Amino acid sequence: MDAAFSIFALLLLAGAVAAMSLRNLIHCALSLVVVFFSAAGLFLLLGAEFLSFAQVMVYVGAIAILIVFATLLTGSAGATTGALAFRPWLLGVGTAGWVTGVIVAAVLNGRPLPVEGKTAALPTVRQLGEALMTRYVLPLEVIGLLLTAALIGAVVLALREGGAGRGKEPRP
Amino acid sequence: MTPLERYLVVAALLFGVGLAGALTRRNAILVLAGIELMLTAANLNVVAFWRHGGHGDATAGVMFVLFIIAVAAAETAVGLALIISIYRHRRTTHLDEVDTLKG
Repeated sequence: MDAAFSIFALLLLAGAVAAMSLRNLIHCALSLVVVFFSAAGLFLLLGAEFLSFAQVMVYVGAIAILIVFATLLTGSAGATTGALAFRPWLLGVGTAGWVTGVIVAAVLNGRPLPVEGKTAALPTVRQLGEALMTRYVLPLEVIGLLLTAALIGAVVLALREGGAGRGKEPRP
Repeated sequence: MTPLERYLVVAALLFGVGLAGALTRRNAILVLAGIELMLTAANLNVVAFWRHGGHGDATAGVMFVLFIIAVAAAETAVGLALIISIYRHRRTTHLDEVDTLKG
């Protein structure tokens, strides 16, 4: 448990740093895959098996692939020249470091949660499915509607305007 | 460090890395990736509290994160479509070059 946690946590953080700092966008996307796999591993350690598989299916299977597609479609794959970040990048990194420091300090200095012994038995996939179909059925339908609307919206947004021609040029 | 605190610290560090990326990277795709990292950190927090936070609904934590993942997928799809649309108009995905409204 401890070794597995350390390995997954290290992979997670190393992958995140690589994804946010590498120059080549394809490498960044591959580092993101490492991050999402490690997060799935941490979910597995926390006893949320179904969530872990959902994470792999959705994040690695869909979102990472989408990001690679967008990278290729916008021709950013080979763009390794030019500045990586905005000019006052120290400001952004400083802000992020400050926020992280505050959160970590709050976590380490806060009163520990009262631990009520062992938590209840982990839910099986069957229980999750039953909860989805009974108690959470309205959120489930809303999410389905949202996903449909979002995907139609994405297709409309990314469609080439004006038939086969090029998109409108920006006004000079 | 208790098991809960370990997960919270890792999630906080992941959130910080994602925030730094979202604030500083010029490429819009990577800003979106930073937002995804922050969402993953939040999911990690929710699951850790669900597992180690004592009693409660047996399925609530998993349900929360399932719905967050679904919303994140929708958000990414729309965001990437927007980026592709911007690229078609402006021939760039660098956020500091898309500044037409700037006075």
